[in-house]
Amino acid sequence: MSDEAQTPDLSGGRGFQTVRERLYHALFFVCALLSVLTTLAIVIALLTEALGFFAEVPVLDFLTGTRWSPTIRPVEYGVLPLVFGTVMVTLGAAALALPVGLLTAIYLSEYASPRVRSILKPALEVLAGIPTVVYGFLGLVYLTPALSVIFPSISTFNILSGSIIVGIMIIPMVSSISEDAMSSVPDSLRNASYGLGATKFEVSTTVVVPSAVSGIVSSFILAISRAIGETMAVVIIVGAQANLPEASSIGGLPFVSPTSLFDQFLEPGMTMTVAIVNLAVGDIATQSLAYQSLFAIGLTLFAITLIMNLISDLVAQRYREEY
Amino acid sequence: MSKDVTQDPETDSEKLISTDVSTDDADGDVPDESQVRTVIESQDLDVFYGDTQALQSIDLEIPARQVTAMIGPSGCGKSTFLRCINRMNDLIDIARVEGELLFEGKNVYDDDVDPVALRRRIGMVFQHPNPFPKSIYDNVAYGLKIQDKTENLDQKVEQALKRAALWDEVKDRLDESALDLSGGQQQRLCIARAIAVDPEVILMDEPASALDPIATSQIEDLIEELAEEFTVVIVTHNMQQAARISDKTAVFLTGGELVEFGNTNEIFENPESERVEDYITGKFG
Repeated sequence: MSDEAQTPDLSGGRGFQTVRERLYHALFFVCALLSVLTTLAIVIALLTEALGFFAEVPVLDFLTGTRWSPTIRPVEYGVLPLVFGTVMVTLGAAALALPVGLLTAIYLSEYASPRVRSILKPALEVLAGIPTVVYGFLGLVYLTPALSVIFPSISTFNILSGSIIVGIMIIPMVSSISEDAMSSVPDSLRNASYGLGATKFEVSTTVVVPSAVSGIVSSFILAISRAIGETMAVVIIVGAQANLPEASSIGGLPFVSPTSLFDQFLEPGMTMTVAIVNLAVGDIATQSLAYQSLFAIGLTLFAITLIMNLISDLVAQRYREEY
Repeated sequence: MSKDVTQDPETDSEKLISTDVSTDDADGDVPDESQVRTVIESQDLDVFYGDTQALQSIDLEIPARQVTAMIGPSGCGKSTFLRCINRMNDLIDIARVEGELLFEGKNVYDDDVDPVALRRRIGMVFQHPNPFPKSIYDNVAYGLKIQDKTENLDQKVEQALKRAALWDEVKDRLDESALDLSGGQQQRLCIARAIAVDPEVILMDEPASALDPIATSQIEDLIEELAEEFTVVIVTHNMQQAARISDKTAVFLTGGELVEFGNTNEIFENPESERVEDYITGKFG
């Protein structure tokens, strides 16, 4: 040690390191920006073309119109039959996939032995990896004929088969994301419940599921959004016939009886996505009204999924049980 | 489905007791020394985790309505012993138990014992406070609900919180999340949750090790009070804590051996074994 106290060199090759850190910062920022800009660009593209469409067709006519016929005269742009088709397919799919997916997730997370889990989880992921077009023709070739045994009046193209197939397609999404959420519930909470004399079923339903509810709701919303957006399987199984059930009027309000609503499951339908495909592969001129109606449907789809996401955020916040 | 689940253990829990002891003495009188009966007794108890033996031939008698402390260095098997009593070790796949562990004279490892029924009579408080992410009220009511003891629920919740010395601090905010409480309050809430269902025994696995000194002393005072009504078995790292609050002390040493067991004051003042003396005086551990 010399008498003169020397201050240690703590610069750590500063110049170079600072530049490198800034480069990293910039790289990460640009990547993050990319997705934001893409989203913005999509919204702007949808809005511009859709605005052109709504200059010709009033928004109200579009939203409340009961007939969709963009290319065949008399031309009409009523989106209701498409929304109806989408809602029917999605509701049916959700009715199948949400309970089955959730129970699968509970089984995987709480009941399955590590060995069973190590087989089942990859199997579910394979299910998610099958191309949707394969689901589509399997539904058309096998499921619909099988259903015709139970429902003789079922059409070759029908909503019911589509619902079931789309439901099967989204089960892995529900079960996989829900299972992740349940697996990350700390064991200390399970122990607390077991310690009070809870059975495995009670631990699962009163502790694990409530604690994982935000993840579970997220999985539901993602799966439903996926069902809304599903196209290929739906166009093959459900067909492309924009239908709306006969509505009678009760007190000035349209009313559809539950039986005629159920009958509609056995009929062909057309979802918003299928309508877009039909227009896009057809020979319509750019800047024509039919062309612009594509964007109007696109915007409607976008709005629906956006609302779904907002609802899911609200629900998750309301029922959040943080640990 | 949930009906079946809750009813089966109910009938099993009746079977659980073979001896004819009165259990409705909720007044909390301390029994005379001569009347002290054994609630838990282990006979030649071995526990293995896979190929590793965690406990070796443990013989131990835990008296009713006293505080029995288990002390010893890390990995000595004291927590393992505690978790044998209410069969929490069942939840660990590789754990295997040999020998007998008697609760009120009944071997809890007999085939006809349902661990769910057993755990309804032997409550547990864990090392880290683990309240459910629910309201304060729902935490205390949880055990009562799953055990179908929902008559006068409000009253039972209030009483449990009072017995856990937490009522005055939370009575105006029972609807708030239990996670907003401090660590010490959370642990007292966990104690309230455990005693709300009126178990006979309360197992505590280092209940104060994650708490600050003030919260620790509150928990210690509480444990001494609880021993007036319940049989308390506590695992602790803290020898002063064992000396302060326990009536009996069991000293485990590395390798899963029970080296000494007896009245706390005797063990701390005049340990028989040199190894125990070394441990207690801090030469290792």
